[in-house]
Amino acid sequence: MLKSRKELDAELGGAARAWLDEALAEAAHDAATPDLPGPYTSPPWELRYAAAGRHCGPEHADSVRSLLLVEARAPLSSVTRLYEQGTAAERRAVLLTLHRLDLGDTALPLVEDALRANDTRLVAAAVGPYAADHLDPHAWRHAVLKCLFTEVPVAAVARLDDRARGDAELARMLSDFAEERTAAGRAVPEDLRTVLGHVRRIRAGSTTPGTSPSSRLRSSRGGPIPRGVAETPESLRDEGVPAPCDAPHQTPRPIRP
Amino acid sequence: MRIFDPHIHMTSRTTDDYRAMYDAGVRALVEPSFWLGQPRTSPASFFDYFDALLGWEPFRASQYGIAHHCTLALNPKEANDPRCTPVLDALPRYLVKDGVVAVGEIGYDSMTPAEDHALAAQLQLAADHGLPALVHTPHRDKLAGLHRTIDVIRESNLPPEHVLLDHLNETTVKAAADSGCWAGFSIYPDTKMDEDRMVTILRNHGTEKMIVNSAADWGKSDPLKTRKVADAMLKAGFTEDDVDQVLWRNPVAFYGQSGRLQLDVPAPDQLHEGNSILRGGE
Ligand SMILES: [Zn+2]
Repeated sequence: MLKSRKELDAELGGAARAWLDEALAEAAHDAATPDLPGPYTSPPWELRYAAAGRHCGPEHADSVRSLLLVEARAPLSSVTRLYEQGTAAERRAVLLTLHRLDLGDTALPLVEDALRANDTRLVAAAVGPYAADHLDPHAWRHAVLKCLFTEVPVAAVARLDDRARGDAELARMLSDFAEERTAAGRAVPEDLRTVLGHVRRIRAGSTTPGTSPSSRLRSSRGGPIPRGVAETPESLRDEGVPAPCDAPHQTPRPIRP
Repeated sequence: MRIFDPHIHMTSRTTDDYRAMYDAGVRALVEPSFWLGQPRTSPASFFDYFDALLGWEPFRASQYGIAHHCTLALNPKEANDPRCTPVLDALPRYLVKDGVVAVGEIGYDSMTPAEDHALAAQLQLAADHGLPALVHTPHRDKLAGLHRTIDVIRESNLPPEHVLLDHLNETTVKAAADSGCWAGFSIYPDTKMDEDRMVTILRNHGTEKMIVNSAADWGKSDPLKTRKVADAMLKAGFTEDDVDQVLWRNPVAFYGQSGRLQLDVPAPDQLHEGNSILRGGE
């Protein structure tokens, strides 16, 4: 979790606190004067950004880097440079902070880059609030699926319940993935059931899960059978997933565009 | 037995190597940036490589319970190519990164004026950033190259104890040791230096400031040579403590001068199983 300035002040020693004060002041100053003298030079606060863990402790590096970005009101050019020229840890801090910067959807290419990575630390950082706000449905569904593939806990996916609810296409992708796993004799990740549980909540009363005659495995033998959101492979129809009728308090909401 | 391989090019190696290295006792390594076999034609190509040494490769190593650090530099061979020399201007922003524990590999290849310039400039960068330097000695005309290297180091602002002279052998070990620098030996499957010759050198010159590496890369090489030297040392009568000094404490002391070594990586069986690499990608 990212810590606030106040929390950091309470935890950092004197030298680290002094370093942070100077670094934040530099960041604020550089925010006002964004011009750079050459292609390979960086404003001083960006060098501080790299060294944050060595001065404030590796456990505070994410928080300190995030504060620097906010304090510098980092524009897209800085955020992009810090991401593109950053170590994995520096990239992660950029991803974790995007929603706190005034960037609109302009930083989406960075999130898309991280979602193409196989480094699970980057994937986990890429599915935060910024992705929840800005990723289009196709990219967002693939991000969720990637988490399941790479075993990034779906708890990392911001507003998962919100965006998954009633997403029939996501349900289809999850079902196909589960069948592929089952066919390979491998366990279906527990998190897949979690996501499916979020998907199903919208259909309260409209479909009864577990009663459909079709599953992908059977339909592949007997020809395509249209499937609804609640139609999932046998292996997934267990007590672990809350059925729509278990959640009457959930008011169906419109599917996000 | 714990082993630190202070010079190995993992970008050129497979996950099988990581697993075998872990099983042999390797818990930490340093990957110097170097020549990739195919000449590069622009600085951007270096930057992608540096980024890999600071991003993907440490992640890959961590999946096998091995701590990964790197050294960054414009290597001697490509220091002669004007298309690549702008890398020197970009190095300062890379040398502030957490995973960088030295400037390297620098040194001489053919002893040209361009190599003189790159070596001196990068020794200064090391001094400016509080980093040690990994200096390779040339494969051809080695002894003359070593003397010239030591002269340049003497003229630099970097104290000799911040320098590791690498790829040494019987003919160069004395001059290197006398210079006050650390002495590095790359153990290869044939020709250049083998584990039994290494044991003899340790017997004649002691274990202090002596460092052994596999220098494994895309060529004929063996990432388990560090372990083989350890076994040969024990067989020749060296103690477990001698082995630990040469294969762990010495490289930790040398690269530790950067203040950036992070050696606590969880063992592979403690990691969340089944991530993308353990499964062979997706
Ligand atoms: Zn090398």
